[in-house]
Amino acid sequence: MLAYLLRRLVYTLPIMLGVAVVCFALVHLAPGDPLVSVLPPDASAELQAQLRTLYGFDRSLPEQFFGWVWRALQGDLGTSIATSRPVTGEVLTAVGNTLRLAVVATLIGFFFGCLFGFVAGYFRNSLVDRTASMLSVLGVSVPHYWLGMVLVIVFAAQLNWLPATGAGPGSSGDWAWDWAHLRHMVLPAITMSVIPMGIVARTVRALVAEILAQEFVVGLRAKGLTHFGVFRHVVKNAAPTALAVMGLQLGYLLGGSILIETVFAWPGTGFLLNSAIFQRDLPLLQGTILVLAMFFVLLNLLVDVVQTTIDPRIQRS
Amino acid sequence: MSTAITAPAAVAANTPYERSAGFWTGVLRKLARDPVAIGAAIVLLLLVAMALFAPLLTPHDPYQASMLKRLKPIGFENYLLGTDELGRDMLSRLMVGARLSLFMGITPVLIAFVIGSGIGILAGYAGGLVNTLIMRTIDVLYAFPSVLLAIALSGALGAGIGNALLSLTIVFIPPIARVAESVTTQVRSRDYVEAARASGAGAFTIVRVHVLGNVLGPIFVYSTSLIAVSMILASGLSFLGLGVKPPEPEWGLMLNTLRTAIYTQPWVAALPGLMIFITSISFNLLSDSLRSAMDVKN
Repeated sequence: MLAYLLRRLVYTLPIMLGVAVVCFALVHLAPGDPLVSVLPPDASAELQAQLRTLYGFDRSLPEQFFGWVWRALQGDLGTSIATSRPVTGEVLTAVGNTLRLAVVATLIGFFFGCLFGFVAGYFRNSLVDRTASMLSVLGVSVPHYWLGMVLVIVFAAQLNWLPATGAGPGSSGDWAWDWAHLRHMVLPAITMSVIPMGIVARTVRALVAEILAQEFVVGLRAKGLTHFGVFRHVVKNAAPTALAVMGLQLGYLLGGSILIETVFAWPGTGFLLNSAIFQRDLPLLQGTILVLAMFFVLLNLLVDVVQTTIDPRIQRS
Repeated sequence: MSTAITAPAAVAANTPYERSAGFWTGVLRKLARDPVAIGAAIVLLLLVAMALFAPLLTPHDPYQASMLKRLKPIGFENYLLGTDELGRDMLSRLMVGARLSLFMGITPVLIAFVIGSGIGILAGYAGGLVNTLIMRTIDVLYAFPSVLLAIALSGALGAGIGNALLSLTIVFIPPIARVAESVTTQVRSRDYVEAARASGAGAFTIVRVHVLGNVLGPIFVYSTSLIAVSMILASGLSFLGLGVKPPEPEWGLMLNTLRTAIYTQPWVAALPGLMIFITSISFNLLSDSLRSAMDVKN
């Protein structure tokens, strides 16, 4: 197990380095001067040079890259060009908000995905199966930003039951698990949960159908096990893969929340990315993407390790 | 080209070609019996026809704004689907919008299919160090969630149709290359490839005659499943202001500019998203049917 962990970790390191290279390259891929958003149009050459030195744009690319990685490892992602505040602080607040939303959405999606998937897998080709399968196709096909808009139209604009935007009273950093805040989370979380729901439902349906067709299930039934007893075995066999899919979906939601956060003005990483892009705030853009991508890589690692721990068959093969 | 070279190649290609034609006929026959596939295909054909013939079909000029007719409801006078925030006819804009929306959704997957297949087949067939180098590079791009990578790339490159297409293509190359690599690796170890190699066929001939015909099908089916995602992502980029620029009609962009109207004309505002939804669900259903029709095991 330890050897496996180490091997997996060693394999992750070059990927992390590659991810850092891609994030760094983004800034240099961008056309135009990265300082254009802060420099007044009539800035003197002296001021330009001064700022260039301040942000480190005057050094060679490898020097800039390793300097950036070195500082990032110590938790310093640089200074936002637009707000002059440290990027790390801004990203961490935003990651907190996005993570809360994404975790809640993943749990909702996982619950309903499993429900639909189990029912569909158990009663294959029945009306229930077709309805559940149709729902999961709808879930993966719906443009979630549009679904968010429709929910706002129905529940905020027409019925006036729930707020349309924001994350509740206080500034973006003050979150509490009370109704004043939670009511802001209902619509974005439901919107976001639709994607993992569809994917989990599809996976679980296929898994259940596959497990039910195996010989050991026939054996269990022949032994006289009740339906519930058989069901327990099916759950145990489907769990590792279903949990792995859930973990990966959480990662996708973290990275893909930008569209939903834009619709609901949720103060998370998507919101931060959006302002970084439109203010051409490259250190902020770079920092946010780096943190999100690293999170995704680590989550993948975690999913792999957990899956191997609870399912010994994987390690043996 | 001289006949002496073409003739043996034609003979060599003949036998597997007939077999694959039989396979595809079977797939088509299965699809023709699948009502879901037929329905999805009809919807998609109608959408494509609407996009192609949009200039002939539009009842109004899609660019003609009118301050007096802003945000009119569905069915207002002769505006069948109402008007947008600048008083332009929604029906006409949705029709013309199909052109850019479909183009921006399908093109990245097509280009990524060609490039990704090439990279994956090369990696899978070459094996060894080449495979490791290519696949580890792909892994790095794979380490980004697709939405994040698409938005980060087009955000860094700047708004515009070309940049959005480029970003989406880069997003879809890694998954297609992975599938291509794994299918090619499987095919490469088959006996008939071994036999071809033993009888003196070169790498290029083996890939062209024995590998391509067997791997392109699975890669193609996988790629079709990406079109729905691509449609949603492409419109999403325009929705964020990173793709198509106004006043060009495109569903994602229309959805964005109509967001201010959700309190005045909510159902008109929701229409462009409905179009994206209908398109992506049709692509998903057709792709699912294609996959199950091609699954030889069932």
